[in-house]
Amino acid sequence: MSNKQRYIPHTDDDVKRMLGVVGKPTVDSLFAHIPARLRATRPLDIEPLDENSLIKHLGEMGGRSRPAIGSTFRDGAALSFLGAGVTPHAIPSAVDMLLQRSEWYTSYTPYQPEISQGTLQAIFEFQTMVCEIYGLGVANASMYDGASAAAEAVLMARRVTGRRHALVAGALHPHYEQTIDSYVAGEESGSHEDLAEIRWGDDGRVALKVLAEALAKSDDVACVVIQTPNFFGVVEDVKALAEMAHARGALLVVANTEPVAFGVVQSPGALGADIVVGEGLGLAIPPTMGGPGVGLFAAKAEYTRQLPGRLVGETVDREGKRGYVLTLATREQHIRREKATSNICTNQGLIALAFTIHMSLLGRRGLVELAQLNLAKTEYAKSVIGKINGFSVAFNGPTFNEFAVRVRGGDANTTVAKLADQGIYAGVAATAPGMLPKGKGDDLMIIAVTERHSKADIDKLASALDWEQTS
Amino acid sequence: MSTDYPNDLRYTKEHEWARPDESGGNKITIGITKFAVESLGDITQVDLPKEGEELKKDAVFGTVESVKAVSDLFAPCSGKVVKVNDPLGDSPEYINEDCYDEGWMVQVEVKDPKELDALMNAEQYQAYLKEQESH
Amino acid sequence: MSDKTTKTGTPIATRQLLHTSRPIFEQGAPGRSGASLPPLDVPAIDATKIYGAAARTDGGPNLPEVSEVEVTRHYTRLSRWNYAIDIGLYPLGSCTMKYNPKVNERAARMPGFAGLHPAQPESTVDGALELMWGLERALCEIGGFARVTLQPAAGAQGELCGIMMIRAYHADKGRRPTKVLIPDSAHGTNPASCTLNSFETVPLKTGADGLLHVDTVKAACAAHKDDVAAIMITNPSTLGLFEEQLGEIADVVHEAGGLVYMDGANLNALLGKVRPGEAGVDVMHINLHKTFTTPHGGGGPGSGVVGVVSKLEPYLPTPTVEKAAGESGKYRFEYNRPKSIGRLRSFFGNFGMFVRAYTYIRELGGPGLTCATEMAVLNANYIRAKLEDTYSLAYDKPSMHEVVFTDKKLKRETGVQTLDVAKRLMDFGYHPPTIYFPLPAVTGGAGALMIEPTETETPETLDSFCDAMRAIADEAKVDPEIARNAPHQTALRRLDETRAARSPKLRWTRE
Repeated sequence: MSNKQRYIPHTDDDVKRMLGVVGKPTVDSLFAHIPARLRATRPLDIEPLDENSLIKHLGEMGGRSRPAIGSTFRDGAALSFLGAGVTPHAIPSAVDMLLQRSEWYTSYTPYQPEISQGTLQAIFEFQTMVCEIYGLGVANASMYDGASAAAEAVLMARRVTGRRHALVAGALHPHYEQTIDSYVAGEESGSHEDLAEIRWGDDGRVALKVLAEALAKSDDVACVVIQTPNFFGVVEDVKALAEMAHARGALLVVANTEPVAFGVVQSPGALGADIVVGEGLGLAIPPTMGGPGVGLFAAKAEYTRQLPGRLVGETVDREGKRGYVLTLATREQHIRREKATSNICTNQGLIALAFTIHMSLLGRRGLVELAQLNLAKTEYAKSVIGKINGFSVAFNGPTFNEFAVRVRGGDANTTVAKLADQGIYAGVAATAPGMLPKGKGDDLMIIAVTERHSKADIDKLASALDWEQTS
Repeated sequence: MSTDYPNDLRYTKEHEWARPDESGGNKITIGITKFAVESLGDITQVDLPKEGEELKKDAVFGTVESVKAVSDLFAPCSGKVVKVNDPLGDSPEYINEDCYDEGWMVQVEVKDPKELDALMNAEQYQAYLKEQESH
Repeated sequence: MSDKTTKTGTPIATRQLLHTSRPIFEQGAPGRSGASLPPLDVPAIDATKIYGAAARTDGGPNLPEVSEVEVTRHYTRLSRWNYAIDIGLYPLGSCTMKYNPKVNERAARMPGFAGLHPAQPESTVDGALELMWGLERALCEIGGFARVTLQPAAGAQGELCGIMMIRAYHADKGRRPTKVLIPDSAHGTNPASCTLNSFETVPLKTGADGLLHVDTVKAACAAHKDDVAAIMITNPSTLGLFEEQLGEIADVVHEAGGLVYMDGANLNALLGKVRPGEAGVDVMHINLHKTFTTPHGGGGPGSGVVGVVSKLEPYLPTPTVEKAAGESGKYRFEYNRPKSIGRLRSFFGNFGMFVRAYTYIRELGGPGLTCATEMAVLNANYIRAKLEDTYSLAYDKPSMHEVVFTDKKLKRETGVQTLDVAKRLMDFGYHPPTIYFPLPAVTGGAGALMIEPTETETPETLDSFCDAMRAIADEAKVDPEIARNAPHQTALRRLDETRAARSPKLRWTRE
């Protein structure tokens, strides 16, 4: 006598007894009330696999890819300098070990605070860290990813100001721009008129003159949206941009795909940003084909009630002991329904936890040291690659751990493909499929360098690029 | 006669109360009833209109929030807002503590104070509450 | 009163050894770190030379300063404050808290999946594309759909996606309908998703039998002639009842020019029994973190993939996964999709969850998934039979994978309400069922207890749970204050949510 399947404990005897209690003759009779026209006409055609066969099948499938990042136990992956929204950092072993405690990953949303204080306190700590890193007064329990967080930030800016237009930097990550576009078009019944692009200048930063003109032209600008470091790795002049936006009554929304930058650069909040959103994936878990990530979302404290997403607050119990609860839930969809600030239901709990644990391990000193390492290695890479015949650093603005080069031959997609054949992921072509449209920088390749790269790795990249033949 | 539902007030189906101007003029004070307060639980926030805004009878003029719910406030009469109970911004708990006095919400200048006669009196309101309960 | 039994003699859970751990910011000492960073092997750079006045010179953000030992102890201690599926029954209605298979975690961590960067050249990630293709095919088979987009990050984003595709479909035909019909029993994300798309929601009153009636839908369609973009339904409904009139309702909405969106949160009741795409549904989101066991992780990440019938295919988010022409066994991303609604997030979706869901689906196969549904429905009905004399059943119709009770009788006889029952249940060692939902509008004004056991619970667990529920009701008759002041056994008593909302403290600060 066996049970149905290892996760389904019922034996035939169990089923017989339970049907007796329910008062039904067969399992099928539990479904008898489903009308014939709605029933499936044939069984599901998916073959089951035992665990060994399953692992073998998955292993074969996984083996058909060449990962950018090796496993904890063996390297031997490609040599990868890929960033472009997901910049993989070295994740300490303790992070994943702690994440695998099933009290963390098999628990649910902390709706019953008395039995979820672990999750609630961890989120409270996460919110605090995001406030600190981005330099603002309030942060939520996380959004799906940086791109959707950016979209929600624009919607929030519209609510706060009562205005409609968003001026979006051309050097914003294309996925972020596309996501903002979808969300705004949604609010505007399909119209794309409320977004205007502000192109970058020769230094790779937002062209301030162009922005000034666009701001002067309209009284209806809700926000200016920029990214720092931007898609080309260039660090924007957040202070100047904040002043320009505020002078016209607009908010400054700053997107960020590399939180480590703020170990050596002042936080956007300190420089005047109203809302800062970001991506924490690279500091939380291995790159995992880009998801799940964790969207970071912080804002000035005065905008708290307009924030989307979950919030954890501190309180006390009946005996005066400190504890944590989900709070200000009346902004959210399960209460406000049509009038909710967003429809978001989940946060990225587990990934936010990983981010929090990593930040705790790094600590204040560690984050600054990590940032200094990233900066130094990237400046070295810039100097070495910039000297290669036919290659040049594209923009003279300050960068952090990513920078754009103009490639020999003028077609970055070709350069990327040739180096991939040698087991080196040299960078992301700016006009790679799904990125910027063709014609907006076909010769640009974006290279990310982090603490994971040794001097030898960088030299290897440089000599591989030097050997790359023009077609 | 019950202090839960004072006799000098008029009541709406949406559980607002209106107090006629004691000096015989046309300034009506508005708040929410004990039943509303008990249904909501601890009130955490109130969103009220500003002075000078026009209210339209039966239209939504604000919201009151507790931890788990948001409720619309419906105007018992039409008129211009002449006073708002600003302390409720920092201390919404006044509504829980004393919904008919310290917890008043807005004062409205109506065109015709007789509009209030169309609303329920204390006895009618309590009967209405009993009727709702049995559903 | 003894800690160990109720007033009426039923034994209850005992306490455990729990350590508090103050916020990590209150621990450690200046200068401590748990980092292990490589040495600098290139020339050091002075940040002020690169960034000028924008360089950071204050020593960095105020992160904790602790060693690895302190971090490990802190997050281990905190974890032990959580209830979890691996600890016990988690009967949250419409959340499908079924067991999270461990092989899923092994699969997700394989370097061939975890180590992939989303911007790698396409030819180097063929295995990932194959998995995405395979998952899409499996979900099409399960749901009766032509295509499935894997991009949306969660159920709510899946709804957003579905509603956007519906709008795009109508616009493509030159129509701009503005109304979406939604039953009053719907989950709050449904109307919120509509508002985000500038649609107006038209509430549909649930019938006295708890079902949505085709006449109600007909009337709504007539009242908003030529203006109905879609209906959003959940099946089984949030009351755990199968919407028997779904076929006729779909006909009416289609005739009125609208589309049928189904919230797939309750798909665990339908595997192998109903294929929504073949039953009149045009678009449906599927919560991989519910029916397909990807872990709930304390609130996320989820994955809200969306299945569509062929007429909605052109509007799917970009990119889709396609088979590479001419090369068997190879796959590619398709970006050239002129009618697509665009992107809802970066890259491709929650790939780590695709691996887990795919692993689960391939392990169970068709027979296993169908059995899962059968046992889920049996378990819910078993609980219904054992508790229907103690608690009030919201509706008479047969329950599917979840059963909804109300506190009508209990409140009338003892004054104890669902919130109190929920808090007292914790003393017995269980996570409470869903209590804030469905709304009073559909439970006759009473508080709800929405119980979904799932198929991974043993009959013995269900027996213990029912014993506890009955004990609470018995005790309420003798001493209602015990439930009202519950929980008593947890290390923290009832928390002051009012204070948290009136004076929000949303981050740690140095006092």
